[in-house]
Amino acid sequence: MTWLAWRQARAQSAIGLAAILAVAVAAVAAGRTDSMLRLWLSTLVVVVPGLLGAFWGAPLVASELESGSFRLAWTQDVSRVRWLTLRLAVSGLAAMAAAGLLSWLVTWWAGPQDQAGLDQFGSFDARGIVPAGYAAFAFALGVLLGTVLRRTVAAMAATLLLFTAARLAFRLLVRPVLLPPVTRALALNPSTTGYGSSGFLPFVPPASLQPAAPDLPNAWVTSVAIVNEKGHALASSVLARTCPDIGHGGGGHVGGGHVQAPQGVVNATRECVARIAAAYHELITYQPAGRYWPLQWYELGVFLAAALLLAAGCAWHVRRIG
Amino acid sequence: MPGLRCQPGVSRRHRRDTGGSVDLWPVNYAIEANGLGKRYGRRWALADCTLTVPAGQVVGLVGPNGAGKTTLLELAVGLLRPTTGTITVRRRAGFVAQGAPVYDGLTVAEHLRMGQALNTSWDAGLARRSTDAAGLDPRQRAGRLSGGQRAQLALTLAVAKRPELLVLDEPVANLDPLARRDFLDSVAQAVTDSAEGTTVVFSSHLVADVERTCGYLILLAGAQVRLAGPVDALRAAHPRAQSLDDLVVSYLREVPR
Repeated sequence: MTWLAWRQARAQSAIGLAAILAVAVAAVAAGRTDSMLRLWLSTLVVVVPGLLGAFWGAPLVASELESGSFRLAWTQDVSRVRWLTLRLAVSGLAAMAAAGLLSWLVTWWAGPQDQAGLDQFGSFDARGIVPAGYAAFAFALGVLLGTVLRRTVAAMAATLLLFTAARLAFRLLVRPVLLPPVTRALALNPSTTGYGSSGFLPFVPPASLQPAAPDLPNAWVTSVAIVNEKGHALASSVLARTCPDIGHGGGGHVGGGHVQAPQGVVNATRECVARIAAAYHELITYQPAGRYWPLQWYELGVFLAAALLLAAGCAWHVRRIG
Repeated sequence: MPGLRCQPGVSRRHRRDTGGSVDLWPVNYAIEANGLGKRYGRRWALADCTLTVPAGQVVGLVGPNGAGKTTLLELAVGLLRPTTGTITVRRRAGFVAQGAPVYDGLTVAEHLRMGQALNTSWDAGLARRSTDAAGLDPRQRAGRLSGGQRAQLALTLAVAKRPELLVLDEPVANLDPLARRDFLDSVAQAVTDSAEGTTVVFSSHLVADVERTCGYLILLAGAQVRLAGPVDALRAAHPRAQSLDDLVVSYLREVPR
């Protein structure tokens, strides 16, 4: 039975392996200093798990249902659930291996550039072990959607959509608090804090002070806020009341590639920040650099657990078909 | 229940009441359905069906398209679950589904290996003899086989697991006359090779397919069992019918549209 599951995953596995080898050869040939190629390879690692879910996962059951071959597979002595379990295991492990191998390759290739960049969390999704977890999740999601929708093409589209939604939701809502973040309070520094106004852009506060990014190499800063002792954020009304003149005085002239504010405006902003600093301070929320690998393991674990749940859902649904 | 209805054949109670003296049905059943129904959405493909299939016979299940033959057979092999009632299959079943599905990407030899992998009993010698007799090249991919060869391969898979009940759903519907004849010969050969007491259920919308091979006939139409019994006994009971086909057609004419 394992033989059959492998036989049915063999061709796509060979194609996947050949594609990874081609990428490896091209990357090594181009050299490890190409920063544009680093971007492309990172994008590839991010995209591949979704493609594996759509092209390997979605058709696994859906194509059997569409072609009618499930009537052959499910009328043998081996039960449907055992048949599904072995097919899920073999193809799912192949998908994990493909994404893991590609990620390992890119992690190695981009190593020197990543170390120089001091922004390891900037490429968190495209390095290390998490891509294997994404691949397992996307694959199981694809199989489940194929089982439920019974249409390969519809299941492929739904897989890409839902996988992207799940990844984004996890990235934005879960990962920042997967480990309790560390906070650090700093006094507002008038000489490195600027002022920004969005004008009429939606979802952006109309006026705010912009502290400089803290010097935390390789840490993941999830928020930089200006708060008072009670923890309340600096409201734009408070800012406008404290510094009625801020934002007036116009911009500067363009010189040397950036806009230089007039000295009067700079001084007014510094005085404003000093006044605000009497009641407010800068609060940095971040994941320290040393959390990188723990967070990789936790995220891998969460996506693998989700993949197992989806696989159980497949088994439950396959039993009920008919 | 709306839609199709399947008239009880002979229920258990009925059999006991008549002391078993008047019915044509043997005591030993391979398939027994009681109040069996299957609904798709609002449509009943099979409704309130009570029937028995005798063991050790080659049984032809005939009826027009849409009579519920496929639904009945897929319920029997466990591909479908009944909406109402029960169906009991007392034999380990081999099944050839409508259209004889096989895996296009696998070779003939790989199909046989698959059959061995997926079944608790597998007669590799029989499988090899069967594919040889059908002229199948073991290295040929199933996707490149003709319709007749695909059907032969599917039949081999069902037969080599040594089932006690062989269920064939419209296996010759899409075959040309020669392939049809070859396939029916293979079924006859399989019956000869199989153990004593093996039951074959074979559905078709053509009586002629069934007539050559089957000793027992069940006519399903308008979702009722219109006729059931050994072919010889049916012929004897209806001496005015010129052929089995005439007999079946005369019953089909009574089916309300």
